[in-house]
Amino acid sequence: MNELIEIVGLTKAYDDRSVAVNNVTITLPKGKIIGLLGPNGSGKTTLIKMLNGLLTPTSGSIKINGAYVGVQSKARVAYLPDRTYLAGNKRINEVLGFFEDFYADFSREKAEEMLRSLNIDPTTKMKTLSKGTKEKVQLILVMSRNADLYILDEPIAGVDPAARDYILRTIINNYNPEATVLISTHLISDVEQVLDEVIFMRYGQLVLYTSVDNIREKHGKSVDAYFREVFAC
Amino acid sequence: MAWDLDSDRPIYAQLVERIQMQIVSGYYPTGGKLPSVRELASVAAVNPNTMQKAFAELERMGLIITQRTNGRTVTEDKDMINSIRQKLAKTHVEDFFIKMKELGYTKSEIIALLEQSDERETEA
Repeated sequence: MNELIEIVGLTKAYDDRSVAVNNVTITLPKGKIIGLLGPNGSGKTTLIKMLNGLLTPTSGSIKINGAYVGVQSKARVAYLPDRTYLAGNKRINEVLGFFEDFYADFSREKAEEMLRSLNIDPTTKMKTLSKGTKEKVQLILVMSRNADLYILDEPIAGVDPAARDYILRTIINNYNPEATVLISTHLISDVEQVLDEVIFMRYGQLVLYTSVDNIREKHGKSVDAYFREVFAC
Repeated sequence: MAWDLDSDRPIYAQLVERIQMQIVSGYYPTGGKLPSVRELASVAAVNPNTMQKAFAELERMGLIITQRTNGRTVTEDKDMINSIRQKLAKTHVEDFFIKMKELGYTKSEIIALLEQSDERETEA
């Protein structure tokens, strides 16, 4: 079985007029790094929140590794939200302990090793970290889990180009070939080299699901350039 | 240092070209060991699956060989490496001639120019 995520007729309507995700059906395989791309308000974060069980679909269904979203799927999904949820007065060490208690698949050694390689002192309090370092710490936490699915919502948005490279390399080096990484981002040109496939969304609907090299072959342009063409305002 | 790749051409094709070049130029010597897919993907900062695809293509061409116990190595077949070297050289020459003809040079003018710049190189 090569399917990891099976989404059928998925819809999320906040009210009659605002349908954030509209009848999306898609099957995503194991072992891929997939970009979730779309303009602001296209439904990316809503879709991600439903994958994590943080929002309940209005209709339709999601299965991850054959199981509907729930306690079982959450144990196998590592999620990096688009904003921080960690308490500022906790030290990094304490957060590591928190993750250790909470997730059976979390490797403290791996996280500590990555922190060391970045010269981040684990006794620092979260609130005293710079924005970029905080993002790195949160990514380290997520990538130190041995999950089936990693969902990263805007992982590189607030960091400098060198940190971006580090984050992308961390994603390449740490993901296991059986797992899938779903990355939502606006910064397409920065990530497209590490992506296998891309999903384009607009107005809550699925516009395109194909491979990066397919777009380059067919249109003779980068995913970034193609995106600008498809979503030209 | 991430590899500098064109943004408008398939990544995997560029990886194939790049590794081909490294084999022909002797960066990876005949019969020598190649890094693993993961290592090279990390160096190039590309997706490991894309690197895998590039390796598969190089394998299909016969330029690299996968050994069950010893990872991947460059072929021992010097003739094959040489023939790819010649093929690459030919492509470069053809591209060069196309550009020079666009600039309005005739074949004999191009050759004269080449000899001149060759003399300058040896003097320097």
